[in-house]
Amino acid sequence: MTTDRATTGGAPAAGEATAIEVTGLHKSFGALEVLKGIDFTVRRGEVVCVIGPSGSGKSTLLRCVNLLEEPTSGTVTVAGTEVTGPDVDIDRVRRRIGMVFQSFNLFPHLTALENLTIAQRRVLRRDRAAAERTARANLARVGLSDKERSYPAQLSGGQQQRVAIARALSMDPELMLFDEPTSALDPELVGDVLAVMRSLADEGMTMLVVTHEMSFAREVADRVVFMDGGVIVEEGPPDRVVGAPQHERTRTFLARVLDPAAAEVGEVADTGPEGKRVDR
Amino acid sequence: MSLSKRQRTRVIRGSQYALLAVIVVVVALVADWGQLRRAFFDVGIARELFPDILTTALVNTVLYTLLGFGFGLVLGLVLALMRLSSVPPYRWIAVTYIEFFRGVPALLVFIALGFGVPLAFEVALDQYVTVMLSLGLVGAAYMAETIRAGILAVPKGQTEAARSLGMSHGRAMVSIVIPQAFRIVLPPLTNELILLTKDSSLVYLLGLSLGQYELANFGRDALNEYKSLTPILVAGLLYLVITLPLGHLVRRLEARTAKAR
Repeated sequence: MTTDRATTGGAPAAGEATAIEVTGLHKSFGALEVLKGIDFTVRRGEVVCVIGPSGSGKSTLLRCVNLLEEPTSGTVTVAGTEVTGPDVDIDRVRRRIGMVFQSFNLFPHLTALENLTIAQRRVLRRDRAAAERTARANLARVGLSDKERSYPAQLSGGQQQRVAIARALSMDPELMLFDEPTSALDPELVGDVLAVMRSLADEGMTMLVVTHEMSFAREVADRVVFMDGGVIVEEGPPDRVVGAPQHERTRTFLARVLDPAAAEVGEVADTGPEGKRVDR
Repeated sequence: MSLSKRQRTRVIRGSQYALLAVIVVVVALVADWGQLRRAFFDVGIARELFPDILTTALVNTVLYTLLGFGFGLVLGLVLALMRLSSVPPYRWIAVTYIEFFRGVPALLVFIALGFGVPLAFEVALDQYVTVMLSLGLVGAAYMAETIRAGILAVPKGQTEAARSLGMSHGRAMVSIVIPQAFRIVLPPLTNELILLTKDSSLVYLLGLSLGQYELANFGRDALNEYKSLTPILVAGLLYLVITLPLGHLVRRLEARTAKAR
């Protein structure tokens, strides 16, 4: 396996400059090995997009970063804390990592505002006024100030996903994980969500994004990682990986994604434990 | 002669109605209506039952039911969480409890508690406490399974979202999963309340004093006093006064749940 590390060069930077560091990461579900040795780093303020076919392990990789999946072996370090370490308080680490899911996962029994305040109040112990202040500011940030009294079921998919982003932001995270944030949306709603993510990137948020939106990866990412079969095949600046891929597998994948008519050609394993989980 | 499918359906349906009508008519002719009327519809006796049957019996039935339901709900939730626990002994205890109390008639539990506990611990339990314990212990076994199903019906993504916001497992359960689980199980829990309302009649086994009579016991007592079945009919109707609105509520809740999906 050849791995291209155009922008990672040199020794790992001191703790503060590194947001995520993954070394030798393996993850198996029973007999199925989904991640077969992943090494990569996300620097503070960097936007990294992970692309690849379904079942390539990219969502599993993302979920290993905040330990929603327990790695089989290897280490994951987030903002100086080794989350795979023996005595780590994972709840404490997760507060600093915002996560956005494909299926939104808003709390349906709470209003938009309450979705944003509940963890601030129960986890960060902020008082109601402070929590609501933060929540309103973040709803404004995603353009949904008028929806604070709405329940998730009353919102469109795009609005729900923006509330979910605002919910993660309300915890003042140091970095954000996005797990295919636009894959469950109707095409006309994708733009609003991407616009919010783009402005987050512009503000300097550290972001690790699993996505199929090639134009987003190309325009917003500092670096693109292409995964296939549980390994990183290729990584580098977007115009290199998406624009002029070095590897045959990358080229095949991009051809299929950018030209859906060719989707039938070269079937890649289309199922896996990270497959589509759409709740409800 | 050949019938179309629709005609055949109509003939079969018609004969079913005819059979039903014949049965009703035969039963009505055979029954001694005069006797029945004297036994069940004695307006004078019915009138004498009021207002005690309302102020004492109906109130006690509702009170016993709510006591048992409240205790059973709390215990049922605890058992459901134990049943779902990752700690094996908790699961074993919960399964054993549920299987035992589901499999044993409530009547036996009442006798065992009403007479066994005072013997074992040399305490005279308050009648209301005994009622609450016995109804609750049995109800909890059923409610635990219902609540467990509700918790499992909450999508996994809800827990994941809560955990990734830094909530502990317990906090995610209390703030996110359990509130949603209860919405899901509201209709079956209301059914459980109806069943408990009827089971509350079993407290007669405890040997209650007059002021503690509930509907069924009150009816039986009046039956002996007046040598008339009228009190049984009145008591039965009063049970319906409690359970019919609850049944209506269940259907409305179910309709609302169906709409929310």
